[in-house]
Amino acid sequence: MILFTISIVVLAVILIGVAVYAVMQKDLLFAVIATGIMSLILSVLFFLMQAPDVALTEAAIGIALTTIIFVITIRNTSRREDEVPILKESDASEMDDKQKAKI
Amino acid sequence: MRKLLVLFLLAVIAFSLYKPLSTIEFGADRMGSIENPTTVGAYYLSKTPSELSVANVITAIVVNYRGFDTLGEVSVLFLAATGLGSILYRRRKEGEHSISISKPSSQLLQAGSKLIYPAILVLGAYVFIHGHLTPGGGFQGGAIIATGILLMMMSYKDFHLNHTVLTWIESLAGITFATIGIAGLIVGKTFLENFMPIGTLNDLFSGGIIPIIYIAVGFKVAAELAGVLDTLLSIKEK
Repeated sequence: MILFTISIVVLAVILIGVAVYAVMQKDLLFAVIATGIMSLILSVLFFLMQAPDVALTEAAIGIALTTIIFVITIRNTSRREDEVPILKESDASEMDDKQKAKI
Repeated sequence: MRKLLVLFLLAVIAFSLYKPLSTIEFGADRMGSIENPTTVGAYYLSKTPSELSVANVITAIVVNYRGFDTLGEVSVLFLAATGLGSILYRRRKEGEHSISISKPSSQLLQAGSKLIYPAILVLGAYVFIHGHLTPGGGFQGGAIIATGILLMMMSYKDFHLNHTVLTWIESLAGITFATIGIAGLIVGKTFLENFMPIGTLNDLFSGGIIPIIYIAVGFKVAAELAGVLDTLLSIKEK
């Protein structure tokens, strides 16, 4: 019983840590992966707290689908948080070249 | 100024959480006993096995007692998928070449996903067919199937889904759900009434309309999520 409580507390602390990391991280790809890890821990927590239905949903949607949808979104916009995703018409061609060079 | 506003909002949230919870003693059991239920939760726990012969009480609540809410949820998902499709469709028409997964995936991933893909589909189908017996149900099973399809999409560049078939599956599943609801209205008294024989507890064919609705929801969710992923992965840019 004590082991159970300790494991829940440890998982919850890791969960909060990963969540804070996801918010603070400027590289959005890292933030999205952190969100996925957060979903994984959350799913284990749901299972430990006897909510297997919610754990299944969290495992399928939180870990796989949401992460992939965010990754696709990042691929189509910008990866850094401080980059300006919407550009003026005149800057667009320049910026495109720079981004192509980066890739 | 912004920080003050944030603090004020946090204070409002804290107060509105504290006010209703302050009357309840910490750790108090408000459910009442199974024999003498005092809340609706205890009523469901005590009555579900005898009234509906469904082992998974959560499924009984989601599909039977709160079946109308589930119909609403399914329509919300449908509207979200439709909206996404209609927004991305315009972008797709302007574009010329596809950038969907630029690099081909490795041999290892391709062979592995070929091996795992049928197993994931079977697991998803198992989860939604046994929704009234074991944890899980239509939403979970549908999401699992969608992850299997996602795996195939990521490993094989030319793995694309037929959107006509997806639309048909989606529409037929939705029509099944609504038809069962209306049949309940005709045979019994209320919309989505459980009018079929409930069978014996822990049987696969038990629970009346619950397994049928959950299978329909499973197909619907799987088709919708797979369609969303296919639309997103095949975005074409200028």
